[in-house]
Amino acid sequence: MNITEFTPYSGAVGGAMIGLAAVILMASAGRIMGATGIFRGLLTSQFDDAFRWRLVFIVGLLIGTAWTGLFTGAAHNVSFVSNNYLIVLGGVLVGAGTTLGNGCTSGHGICGISRFSMRSIVATSVFMVVAIITVFIVRHVIGIA
Amino acid sequence: MMQKFFVLVSGLLFGAGLTISGMVNPAKILNFLDIFGQFDATLIFVMGSGLVIATIGYQFMFNRGKPFFDTRFHLPTEGAIDGKLVSGAALFGIGWGLSGFCPGPALASLVFGYQQSFIFVASMIMGTLLVRFIPASTKLD
Repeated sequence: MNITEFTPYSGAVGGAMIGLAAVILMASAGRIMGATGIFRGLLTSQFDDAFRWRLVFIVGLLIGTAWTGLFTGAAHNVSFVSNNYLIVLGGVLVGAGTTLGNGCTSGHGICGISRFSMRSIVATSVFMVVAIITVFIVRHVIGIA
Repeated sequence: MMQKFFVLVSGLLFGAGLTISGMVNPAKILNFLDIFGQFDATLIFVMGSGLVIATIGYQFMFNRGKPFFDTRFHLPTEGAIDGKLVSGAALFGIGWGLSGFCPGPALASLVFGYQQSFIFVASMIMGTLLVRFIPASTKLD
């Protein structure tokens, strides 16, 4: 069991930056900042314009994370509670689920809800509740991770 | 050119925001989801402030009518709330709860070089490709 510190201030500051990032992407390219769609758009063999803006975004994401990680020491503040079997199973389910449901925490959770999309509100409620139930079963019923 | 510059800025900010808020740490996500145990409410503040900024900014942009460096907004056509959406969200919820990773933070965390991030992203690619073979999966514009 990993205890993490409740950090509302850095959470709110980071969240505001995520919100601002979504606004800048919409204001400049008219695009939804959904990690699922952006990532999926890179799994292609056509290197057209739809591919290029997504690649630029991901490059920015990686540089922004690395840079901030250097200054905040966040790189040392990453701990994996789940074992590798759960990571693999989790990864496959996240890939399949976000593709099928067309979005994740950023696309549905931030961008979708802020433009009042009913689909995104439903999707976000479903994955939040299911994730809470999953953690409850894994930690308190089965008793692992 | 200007468009690509701002797309890059957006990516940089997204990465910085995920890192500062602690969302790249799977343990923090799992503790948020563990409301009957190690509950860490940080994610509520991340989503809360993100939603406030995005809602105001989107409202301003949609009232403006079009983006600054593109001809139109590329918005998903508001489809029905169907089984595909709900089952996809549910599968994602299970995967998120098992791993503590969702796509954005998982990709971002690659730069920290942890083996688990690479395993997760490779598995995520497999899951994505798996669904692609299902007919009528949504096309990206």
